[in-house]
Amino acid sequence: MRWYRWLAVVPAIGMLGGVPFANRVSPYVLGLPFLLFWVTAWVVLTSAIMWLIYALDRARERNAGGDRR
Amino acid sequence: MNPALLLIGACFVVALALGIRARRGHAMTLEQWTVGGRGFGTILVFVLMAGEIYTTFTFLGGSGWAYGKGAPAFYILCYGTLAYAMSYFLLPVVWRYANAHALVSQADFFVHKYGSEALGIIVSVVSVAAMIPYLVLQLKGLGIIVSESSAGAISAAQAVWTGSVVLVIYVVASGVRGSAWTAVLKDIMILGVALMLGIYLPARLHGGFGAMFAQIDRAHPGFLTLPRTGMSPAWFISTVVLTALGFYMWPHTFASCYTARDANVFRRNAVVMPLYQLVLLFVFFTGFAALLEVPGLTGTAVDLSLLRVTDHAFGPWILGVVGAAGLLTALVPGSMLLMSACTILSKNVYAKLVRRHVPEAQVTWLARALVPIVALLSVLLTLRGGSTLVLLLLAAYNVVTQLFPALILSLPHRPIVTRQGAIAGVLAGEATVVALTLTGATMGSLFPSWPPVITDLNVGIVAMVVNVVVLFAVSGLTGRRPTAPQTAP
Repeated sequence: MRWYRWLAVVPAIGMLGGVPFANRVSPYVLGLPFLLFWVTAWVVLTSAIMWLIYALDRARERNAGGDRR
Repeated sequence: MNPALLLIGACFVVALALGIRARRGHAMTLEQWTVGGRGFGTILVFVLMAGEIYTTFTFLGGSGWAYGKGAPAFYILCYGTLAYAMSYFLLPVVWRYANAHALVSQADFFVHKYGSEALGIIVSVVSVAAMIPYLVLQLKGLGIIVSESSAGAISAAQAVWTGSVVLVIYVVASGVRGSAWTAVLKDIMILGVALMLGIYLPARLHGGFGAMFAQIDRAHPGFLTLPRTGMSPAWFISTVVLTALGFYMWPHTFASCYTARDANVFRRNAVVMPLYQLVLLFVFFTGFAALLEVPGLTGTAVDLSLLRVTDHAFGPWILGVVGAAGLLTALVPGSMLLMSACTILSKNVYAKLVRRHVPEAQVTWLARALVPIVALLSVLLTLRGGSTLVLLLLAAYNVVTQLFPALILSLPHRPIVTRQGAIAGVLAGEATVVALTLTGATMGSLFPSWPPVITDLNVGIVAMVVNVVVLFAVSGLTGRRPTAPQTAP
């Protein structure tokens, strides 16, 4: 079971699902209007989540030995 | 000759030299010409894929939409990011299968998976049809850059002709290795230019990002959020979803994943590439700064905003540097597009339609001979004009996204749908796209009495639904027969 791979749907849900609620100018975060901050934050989080999945996949593949290269 | 044009010309000479140099020492077989002999590692594949993605569209179109439309431009930041997350699972599967069967093009993939030459030809024609507007977009960008840099001395039409000659020379001379090295140069330049403009302009002219955005919000209330109707959150979400699905359906993007040495390359890229998207932020900042500095551009002229504000703030030398970076953002993806379109027409349409066994050398020859012809067609379409860069790309995406259902359903080992279903689905989807485009239909005009949440949706959804319904219906009717002589990947 590679349940953790389902984490990959989190960016889509967070980034897009949040848009109707994040569609506002204030508060400004890091100088960005809130909507722009929201999508930017999700770009960074997407990278982090994909890194986590990659790290877990690698660990698993090392444990499995020669199963997958 | 003014300094800006001088710099742009010098940049082209360097790009051409890199392209020709990269070619030396490699026999130019078709596989070598298009997929670089499958020997690229993480860095080159990364650069190559980034190269296709950071095009004139992001550079001029992204800033143009930030300038002209405001918040709806943020969709450009989202769809690539979600597509990369998807690529983690999609591309290794595609790569393993393509590698095991020595596939060269995207159409080959459909032919092998569904065991249908007819589907291969349909996919080829569809993908070339989608690539033409994308190529037109690059040429239009080239035209804008050259004519703006010459301060109007060279007309946009002359610039488009010059640009396409440049592109043809570049493609015929170098092939994909040329693209990879020029892509390295281009990425360094675009990164430098985007950061320079995106940080300097807001800081110097407006006292920082926050101050700039506050000023825009005062001058143009509602500009920094999505409107309640029209390009509303519903439009935003549906457009991001459709374009994210279409992202890897481009034949040149799909086939460039064949260049990887192993499947892990894609998984590492899926981690890194979203961060690379952040360059777009600075492109947006530039567009927003331009809105305050050089207001008044409307219609298709919004695509000029980045170059105008550069000229306004820095003068001709820096305009030359920015123009040179812009030249590369058109040249690299433009060459990939042109090369893919010609290879597809030669190998996957001509060779399949005309005769059974066309010698390899003849296919290669024809692919090269088609380069100027396809370029000419694109020039003629470019000169007809009329759309902003972003609208051109959205139109092209509607065409190419229709390949997604047939592709994704072909991936499992046991076939889910039949070849007849796949053919019917793609044809029905494309017919719907053509009908919607010709009639200029929107969700609002199709379903006038429905709530805005529905009427604001990207109309491409309709074509996608038609596609999937027909695909499953026809597969149901023709079902149970084995789809393809499935060989284990």
